[in-house]
Amino acid sequence: MEGDTLLYSRLLTFVTLGFHIVFATLGVGVPVMISLAEWVGIRRKDPHYVLMARRWSRGFVITVAVGVVTGTCIGMQLSLLWPRFMQAAGHVISLPMFLEIFAFFLEAIFLGIYMYTWDRFRPIVHWLLTLPVVIGSSASAFFITTVNAFMNTPQGFTLQNGQFVDVDPWAAMWNPATPSKVAHVLASAYLTSAFLLGSIAAFRLLQGRDHPYYRKALRFTMAASLVFAVATVVAGDWSGKFLAEHQPEKLAAAEWHFETKPRAELIVGGVLDPETGEVAYALRIPWALSILAHGHPDAVVTGLDAIPREQWPPLFVHYVFDAMVLIGFYTVLVPIAYFGYIWRKRAVPRLVLRLIVWGGPLAMLAIELGWIYAEVGRQPWILRGYMKTAEAVTTSEGVGLMLVLFSLLYIVLAAVAAFVLLRLFRNKPLEAELEERRVIL
Amino acid sequence: MSLALVGITVLWVFLYGYLIVASIDFGAGFFSFYGKWTGKGAVINDVIDRYLSPVWEVTNVFLVFFLVGLVGFFPDAAYYYGEALLIPGSVALILLAIRGSFYAFANYGARESTLFLFLYGMSGLFIPAALSTVLTISEGGFIIEQGGRVVFLANELLTSPYSWSVVLLALVSVLFISASFLTYYASRAEDQEALEVLRSFALFWSLPTIFAGFLVFVTLREHNPQHFHAMLDVSWMFVASMGCFLVALGLLMRRKAYGMAFLFVMLQYAFAFFGYGVSHLPYLLYPYVTITGSVTSPAMGQALIAAFVGGLALLIPSLWLLLRLFLFDARYVKGLRP
Repeated sequence: MEGDTLLYSRLLTFVTLGFHIVFATLGVGVPVMISLAEWVGIRRKDPHYVLMARRWSRGFVITVAVGVVTGTCIGMQLSLLWPRFMQAAGHVISLPMFLEIFAFFLEAIFLGIYMYTWDRFRPIVHWLLTLPVVIGSSASAFFITTVNAFMNTPQGFTLQNGQFVDVDPWAAMWNPATPSKVAHVLASAYLTSAFLLGSIAAFRLLQGRDHPYYRKALRFTMAASLVFAVATVVAGDWSGKFLAEHQPEKLAAAEWHFETKPRAELIVGGVLDPETGEVAYALRIPWALSILAHGHPDAVVTGLDAIPREQWPPLFVHYVFDAMVLIGFYTVLVPIAYFGYIWRKRAVPRLVLRLIVWGGPLAMLAIELGWIYAEVGRQPWILRGYMKTAEAVTTSEGVGLMLVLFSLLYIVLAAVAAFVLLRLFRNKPLEAELEERRVIL
Repeated sequence: MSLALVGITVLWVFLYGYLIVASIDFGAGFFSFYGKWTGKGAVINDVIDRYLSPVWEVTNVFLVFFLVGLVGFFPDAAYYYGEALLIPGSVALILLAIRGSFYAFANYGARESTLFLFLYGMSGLFIPAALSTVLTISEGGFIIEQGGRVVFLANELLTSPYSWSVVLLALVSVLFISASFLTYYASRAEDQEALEVLRSFALFWSLPTIFAGFLVFVTLREHNPQHFHAMLDVSWMFVASMGCFLVALGLLMRRKAYGMAFLFVMLQYAFAFFGYGVSHLPYLLYPYVTITGSVTSPAMGQALIAAFVGGLALLIPSLWLLLRLFLFDARYVKGLRP
């Protein structure tokens, strides 16, 4: 039974967070896009962009609602499923969690105001209302990411007879993992949201709707995607260098790097034989891992041989990691291809449009994969170096039943949210709204 | 003031805030459903929608604030409650999730569905009942520590007269607070028809709240005599609460100053809630967790208070703006302005 509780607790946390981060990612990224679109619309006096902001924000409210309730779920499940972790770490990490609530409060208040005052203020004043929403959503991502960073590189306390003493909350918040993690989380959330909005525009164009609104939306979202994709790749590289220095076992597991050595090669793809540790069918790039990890081909990269066997993360994270990186490059190359046609004033081929349609869901998949890699790569620790996941789990029974109930809840929420979103835009197609608001160019 | 006392005061204030705003929200859900069922729906739904739409998300934050603050200031309390309340806590969460997200869906058409309104209205009654049992549990006797494990005695809770009195009080309070607020809102909107319906709801639910309050007193005396005597020491607060109730009731009956009436309802609950809270101290969970025994380290405490002051500096002007735009703007309330 004990073992089951641990497994079910991990699964329930996985299901809740895995579902939540879809909406959390949109919650962080979409306000940025809404704000940018409204700003461009006001600056260029182009009502199409203002309408873009308006339509996106209407759909955004639905995703926010699901994000808020699933966020409440995970907030409470942390104490319900991992009470010992919260008791111990609560002494050290409450500050960022507390600050996150304020950021969330700010976002909630101004989102309500923004949504219900479209025709009440001068355009520029209404646009100003997006700023607290953007600041609030990105700040909550920042704060909660510092908590996760702390779990990877804990600091800011001393452990004395099982008690956390000499607590320094600010040091805990600004732990070594914080900068690179925050950069990667924010950039990838912006990227995913921009790309998903681009997917919608591309989808409409493929359907044969050729209103200039869609072309503007596509161009605008692809420009944003390109910028954010490059930022994501740069932040990802930074995260890799961070891992090499502070969490070598996580990087080694991702790269199947068993032996500590200089001039380490990068293993791309492949299949691992778990018995012998042999890797077949892989693409091996000489020196690349040393360059990736330390920026120099001669650098020594710590392998799994330097880590006790029982502290190895599961080795399947390699597949997850490679898939994430692959999608990362896809999100850079597809917008480049798109702009290649735009700059040469050539029609964008349907193939490129199709690749863009796929890009949004793929980017969201990469968010999930990256998160799975970051979390599973930390196992067996819940608090690296201090507390194992198995020591933190609840002793109460019934987690299995709760796993079933919450899974059902998320299925229902996903279905209803999708249904409402689709109906929302079907009942009010762009063409009708353009006419209603008398936006004619 | 000690860190522990500051911490619990902050948390209690936010819980009180949640009590008021969530009651308005939960009660409104129930009245919407009741209105649809009896055919009075169209009259009151406009008023309810216009108020709730911009604020529903803020309501939820009050609750999350309390939960996170509890872990922050009193990590041990989080441990005891977390270990013990997996199942009831999860059920409350699922109800909250259904309700919260369906509220947003409702704005996009789901409101016409009777099934939806039924779920929405019923969850508005079950959630306060579920949440109020946490207060019941804090009185002790339902969570015990056995052989290093924390055990929740669900059967004891389900058969306790005290626990059922608290549930009853929560239910009727939600309906009373909500109806008196919506009466005020309808009067601001100069919507006579809605005003009459909502005023009758407020009057209807007023007496049961006092009755349930007394019931809680009587049953607590049996359940936790220590707390009961502590309550007698601050009995003036409960007398003041009763006085505020009578003023509110008088104003409602004489069709006067509905805003003032709602203010007195808020005061009625403030006195009762803080009287209950003060007499509960120093226990967070009787008799295992006290505020002094489980408070976080001084460094974290100071950081949390600094964060709290900074946060309030942002929050109060923002909330004021929200209220000014949607509550005190007569033209918005009347539906004349987007």
